[in-house]
Amino acid sequence: MWKTIIRRILVMIPQLLVLSLLIFIMAKFMPGDPFTGMVTPDTDPARIEELRQQAGFYDPWYQQYATWMMNAVQGDFGKSYTYKVAVADLIGDRALNTLWLSLVSVFLLYLIAIPLGVLAGRYQNTFLDKTVVLYSFISYAIPVFVLALIFLFLFGYKLQWFPTSGTVDIKYENGSLGYIWSKFYHLLLPAITYAVLGTTGVIQYLRTEVIDAKSQDYVRTARSKGIPLNKVYSRHIFRNSLLPIAAFLGFTITGLLGGSIFIETIFGYPGMGQLFIQSISGRDYSVITALVMLYGFLTLLGSLLSDIIMSIVDPRIRID
Amino acid sequence: MKEQTESALIQSEHPESSPPTGFQVIMREFKKDKLAMFSLIALIVVIVGIFIWSLLIDQQQMMRVSLRDKFAEPGDKFLLGADQGGRDILGQLIIGARNSIAIAMAVTLLTGVVGIMIGLTTGYFGGWIDNIFMRIIDFFITIPSLMIIIVFVTIVPKYNIPIFILIVSVFLWPGTARLIRSKALSESRRDYINASKTMGTSDAAIIFKKMMPNLSSILIVELTLNFAGNVGIETGLSYLGFGLPPSTPSLGTLVSYANNPLVLSEKWWIWLPASLLILFLMLGINYVGQAIRRSADAKQRLG
Repeated sequence: MWKTIIRRILVMIPQLLVLSLLIFIMAKFMPGDPFTGMVTPDTDPARIEELRQQAGFYDPWYQQYATWMMNAVQGDFGKSYTYKVAVADLIGDRALNTLWLSLVSVFLLYLIAIPLGVLAGRYQNTFLDKTVVLYSFISYAIPVFVLALIFLFLFGYKLQWFPTSGTVDIKYENGSLGYIWSKFYHLLLPAITYAVLGTTGVIQYLRTEVIDAKSQDYVRTARSKGIPLNKVYSRHIFRNSLLPIAAFLGFTITGLLGGSIFIETIFGYPGMGQLFIQSISGRDYSVITALVMLYGFLTLLGSLLSDIIMSIVDPRIRID
Repeated sequence: MKEQTESALIQSEHPESSPPTGFQVIMREFKKDKLAMFSLIALIVVIVGIFIWSLLIDQQQMMRVSLRDKFAEPGDKFLLGADQGGRDILGQLIIGARNSIAIAMAVTLLTGVVGIMIGLTTGYFGGWIDNIFMRIIDFFITIPSLMIIIVFVTIVPKYNIPIFILIVSVFLWPGTARLIRSKALSESRRDYINASKTMGTSDAAIIFKKMMPNLSSILIVELTLNFAGNVGIETGLSYLGFGLPPSTPSLGTLVSYANNPLVLSEKWWIWLPASLLILFLMLGINYVGQAIRRSADAKQRLG
């Protein structure tokens, strides 16, 4: 068990290194350097030149890469060109917003997907099952931005059930109950959009899992012992099907990250995805490199999480 | 003697003794699934229609800004209204759809050829070639490719459509390669492959003349689903403003006008038709893809 996890983490290291090298090379192709952010009309160009010298801007690339990596590991990505603050601080607040959004999304996703998946599997080939299959097909095929816009149009503007941008109403004081509610209310529509898009995988998996389980020996045994059908579903089948679903968590996180760029831009939600698009438009390259690196790291972490959960749930894939 | 010729005649008259080809199986599936048949026909009609119609549109004329028609509502002059610059939405929709579909096809073809070649070879040979490529593919699959594509799009000098196709393809072939590899891997253990090897058939001939035809239905499924995915990726990137160059209309660009809250809430004719067309393409192509997938798997077939 531990062997698998450690081996998996070791595999991650070269992947991270190659990714960082790729990002470093990309960064070299971007105009500007970490000191461009400090330039103001009254900075002496010679001073900047001196700083560049000191920071090893003219060192060979491998040395520069090593320094950049060392700084990055310590969370130092330089200064934002546009906001003139440390990149890490800039990302910090945004990351928290994205984290909250992701948590609510994942919660809603499982809240929608688990009952639908189990019911569709239980009542296979009924009207209910067909509706669920159709729903999961549509949510699979529809692109993120189209669904997000349609939701924003319908629920935000036409029906006015939800606010259309931001994270919180300014009228509330920080920390008050109204503040927390307003925050939650603001991230609800983006989170629902996320959840609807992500349900497909979980629903289809659960459905097939339940259908397969119906004809298995342990279910027949349970039935022949006289356990009521409802209990067989809620206790035996559900528990067996649910564990592999946990393994989806990692992939869900990965999917969320990719979608966050669209969702946060459309719903005007100030998270990391929106920051990325803003930085690209503002050519804020130190923020871009930091964000790509962070997303890469989180994506790897997501697949690591999935693999670890999988190896806990399914002992067959462990390496001994 | 007579009997012999007769039996030969009977045999030639009853060709069904040979198993149905992949194409026949797919046709049977479509005959059984009316909705898939409808999707297929509708898709072909819409795509061919868009390509023909786009030939009849004078793009320069259409993209000319005329402020008098700013946000013109759908009516006699403009069937689907006009955008902020007074440009005809319907014309942009047709040209944009043609561009989006053509680019998605180009990306599908490029990633398809690369992915299939690499997938088949690595799966067939296994060993160290497979190991090296699997590491590369694993790497590509775990990186945040959407973000890196966006960064590339912004830093590439002399950015144009072929470069866009190339950038997107670089990050999309690994998915196809991985799937094809896993299929080729199990296929390469089959008896007919071993038999061919013992007979001294060259590796290239085994891969492309024996293995590839046997995997053909899976390849078609993969290409179809990729096509749908690529429509989504191109329109998505164009929506964010990192797809086609601004002068070239795309379905994504049309939808992106909705980033202006006024357009989103009041001027539905600008963004809704493009969104619905994207939705139609995605649903249709995916549905057709699923029908083909079912026909590729004997256990799931309806027909």
